Amino acid sequence: MTRRLSPARVAAVCVKEVMQLRRDRLTFAMVVMIPLMQLLMFGYSINTKIRHIPIAVCDHAASSFSRQLAQDVQASQVVRIDRQVSDPSRLEEMVRNGEVSAGLFIPHDCEHRYYAANGQPIAQLLVDGSDTVLASALKSLGHFPFVPGDVVPMVRDPGNLAVTLLYNPSQRSELNTIPGLLGLILTMTMVMFTAVAIVRERERGNMELLIATPVQTVELMAGKLVPYVLIGLLQMSIILWLGWMLFQVPVAGSWLLLVGCCLVFIFANLALGLLLSTIARTQMGAIQLFIFLFLPSILLSGFMFPYQGMPELAQHLAEVLPMTHFMRIVRAVVLRDAALAGLAGDLGYLGGFFVVAMALAIFRFKKRLD
Amino acid sequence: MDESGDGPVVVIEVAGLTRRFGSFTAVDGIDMRIRRGSVHGFLGPNGSGKTTAIRMMCGLMEPSAGTVQVLGHSLPRGVEEVRRRVGYMTQRFSLYEDLSIAENLTFLCRIHGFGRRARRERIGEVVEQFRLEDLIDMRVGPMSGGQKRRIALAAAVLTDPELLILDEPTSEVDPNTRGEMWEHFFQLAHQGKTLLLSTHLMDEAERCHHLTVMNRGRVVADGTVADLKDSFEPKVLRVEGRDVTALVPRIAAFDGVLQINQVATRLRVLVAAGASGVEQQIRGLGDAVTAVDEVEPSIEDVFVLNTRQEARAE
Repeated sequence: MTRRLSPARVAAVCVKEVMQLRRDRLTFAMVVMIPLMQLLMFGYSINTKIRHIPIAVCDHAASSFSRQLAQDVQASQVVRIDRQVSDPSRLEEMVRNGEVSAGLFIPHDCEHRYYAANGQPIAQLLVDGSDTVLASALKSLGHFPFVPGDVVPMVRDPGNLAVTLLYNPSQRSELNTIPGLLGLILTMTMVMFTAVAIVRERERGNMELLIATPVQTVELMAGKLVPYVLIGLLQMSIILWLGWMLFQVPVAGSWLLLVGCCLVFIFANLALGLLLSTIARTQMGAIQLFIFLFLPSILLSGFMFPYQGMPELAQHLAEVLPMTHFMRIVRAVVLRDAALAGLAGDLGYLGGFFVVAMALAIFRFKKRLD
Repeated sequence: MDESGDGPVVVIEVAGLTRRFGSFTAVDGIDMRIRRGSVHGFLGPNGSGKTTAIRMMCGLMEPSAGTVQVLGHSLPRGVEEVRRRVGYMTQRFSLYEDLSIAENLTFLCRIHGFGRRARRERIGEVVEQFRLEDLIDMRVGPMSGGQKRRIALAAAVLTDPELLILDEPTSEVDPNTRGEMWEHFFQLAHQGKTLLLSTHLMDEAERCHHLTVMNRGRVVADGTVADLKDSFEPKVLRVEGRDVTALVPRIAAFDGVLQINQVATRLRVLVAAGASGVEQQIRGLGDAVTAVDEVEPSIEDVFVLNTRQEARAE
């Protein structure tokens, strides 16, 4: 059966899929509605949660540098400076009493500590840990480098500042959420659509007709993939456009690189879906398999909880999921303007995942009924 | 295999064909020969293995044992070639219900590599042939059973295949459409095509050139309709009388009575070849019986006797 592949047959399957998709209003609506709803839900709900947390400041330096520091922390909009106090012990008391959610202590030598860059924290944020969502929002401030007055370029690893000094001049959580949503939505729709694609033909009885024709497995698979690649790109555009319109999430990195990375991820997800479709016997079963894989994608990929904070076993599991790798890629490209070289590892994994999943799907798919 | 000017005379040759699903044997070592240009009927009760046998002949399933030769290609090796040259109509409707007739046929044409012109021409032909012009742009899903069968047949002949394998093509079809479909079958056979079709309708069986009757995965009768009737050993008695239903248990008690079927106010009694006294015994039932005649066996008699419960038990 080593006959030449026919592009015409691939095109035939493509056209048929598109026509069926157009008829299937529910699926078609999902293409647009899933990104829209998720974006609004996640975007706004997380947005409101972490804004304007009241804090108190105890500034012992009282210099222009320290005032800049306090201002930058407030500029993040995560916190709002509610009170100024002079005694550091008063800070602790206020946090304990629930008057503020956190206290920022700036020592008199903070400027010296900053430029010394010897790993010493330059200031301390005392965080009320009783509300975990709030605390993690405050803690997340620490992952972003402080650039005094936005004029000095970042010269060192922001990790130096991360532990006790928790601030971030420009951080808004949507910046993290929306690129993450891109991964979530693409995983959800791409895997789900293709997971039912083949099993649906089997369930509706079309498979018996299809395998009695000369169409080859590879042609069938390719013809089923192509329309969904376009849908994936459409969803990508919706998410990035809305993210920019509603939440002012800019794309720091190269658009070309972003689209390229998304394509690789889309292909990996589609291949995974096709593979599920060859395993499941019914559409229902395919959906169950999909959910089985989708939940860890949400929970372990770093979309919801930081990858670094997970136990080792969970991290190993997360490494298997395409979404974990895409999460790293997309945050790097959208937020940090990362270059291709830095993404090679994760992109390589996604590419390899596509090849392996596709090969398995083709191998598993028998052009027979038994 | 014997040859003639038009290629081999036998288009499907099956030997020792067996298919097991776990411990269940759906098809149990059948032999069949289907000749070019014939309408070959494939009879059997539900679950007798017809569809499984047909699927193996189309290369959709691999046999557990035995050989299948279709159009000179042995399966599964020649399966791709066979798929190009055989038109297959599935028992369950298998075209896309969410597409229109035109879209379904276009899809199939493209899969078979028809160019744009050839596609338009051929679709126009079959649509006219099967009177589908008015429905062509309508979605297939909501159509009636009969319309769907016509569409499926149109799809099966779309590529002008020399062999058509039709799995219960006339089920769920009203008598008018059924008559029309049979006209198509004979026309296609007349053009030199071969048709293998399964059915469990006896009037259809009578129309076939050749019949193979299956029961419990085995071939229990095979031959032309005339052959099957000629070689049918039991006698068929037609019994008329008042309230024949009441006679059934009394006649059934006589030695040699194999089967009794009531047809309106008459009984058809199948009597084993050796049992000569039964006719007398029935007449002896008195006033309740007004007439007893020996009549020609029908294919239904052949079918019923070969696929009875006792035959299944062996």
